[in-house]
Amino acid sequence: MQEQRKSRFRDGVLAALPLAPAPVLFGAAFGLFATEAGMGAVAAVVMSATTFGGAAQFAAASVLDTGGGALAAVVAAVLLNARYVPLGVSVAPVFPGRRRRRFVEAQLIVDESWALAGRDGRFDYAVLVGSGSVFYVLWVAGTAAGSVAGDVLVDARTLGLDAAFPALFLALLVPYLGSGRARLAAAVAAAITLALLPFAPPGVPLIAASLACVIGLRR
Amino acid sequence: MSAPWLVVAGVGAATVLFKASGPVLLGRRPLPPRALALVEVLAPAMLAALVVTQAVGGDRALVFDERLVGVAAGAVAVALRAPLVVVLVVAGAATAVVRLLT
Repeated sequence: MQEQRKSRFRDGVLAALPLAPAPVLFGAAFGLFATEAGMGAVAAVVMSATTFGGAAQFAAASVLDTGGGALAAVVAAVLLNARYVPLGVSVAPVFPGRRRRRFVEAQLIVDESWALAGRDGRFDYAVLVGSGSVFYVLWVAGTAAGSVAGDVLVDARTLGLDAAFPALFLALLVPYLGSGRARLAAAVAAAITLALLPFAPPGVPLIAASLACVIGLRR
Repeated sequence: MSAPWLVVAGVGAATVLFKASGPVLLGRRPLPPRALALVEVLAPAMLAALVVTQAVGGDRALVFDERLVGVAAGAVAVALRAPLVVVLVVAGAATAVVRLLT
């Protein structure tokens, strides 16, 4: 059992490797942006280590940058990260051990590790922790590099990394679409997101889309 | 405390609690059947929402740009049952090439 878990953990690390440039480069971009927004390098790195959620961190830094104030920055980021409640609920059953350990390991949940962990159609704890650890280390290291070294790294957008993410989520969505209810839930969630994106604050469309799971109650 | 540190503390604390809430509160207790039915379709719903957000999401706007070319190329790779690595590279490369040319 122990051996098996170890090899699954390695599977998670391996699954994360093709994505490795992304957390480094986006982390560096955040480090650079946050220091330019006047947050300071130490605060930027501490934020990456504690929040570990790219979009929310960029949102908070850009609110500060545009003079929006601390409260507005916190609200923007909190809305973006509220999706981790439904994501966490969906993987909750696979976390082993006592509460303290689950509390710590749950911090490795990010969109990418969560999605990779579900690639076989059911969530795999070792893949989540394996890939999440890789993303965590690279994200924090990337932030440190970006906040100190500044503009020396290549722009993630130049490499098309911003298009790799939706493609990743699409690839991981397809295996779930076997049942009619899953297809309907995915379609409704996509429609809710499309409808809200033009005017809702960032993050809200994703939270609203999670309501599509009531379709699971259909017989 | 200065504004940046207030933000770091506030966002950090909220996110830590968001992430931990499911795994800590639900634990390993098996979910009741109705809750399980909800959770079963939560993954496809959230993945679909993430695809849309990342493909056309902007700041309170729908933005149709070079990302769509990459997503389309990635979708073809998915349809051809390419491995995940290939899907990622194809999507990124397609978008990178279009950006380079335009």
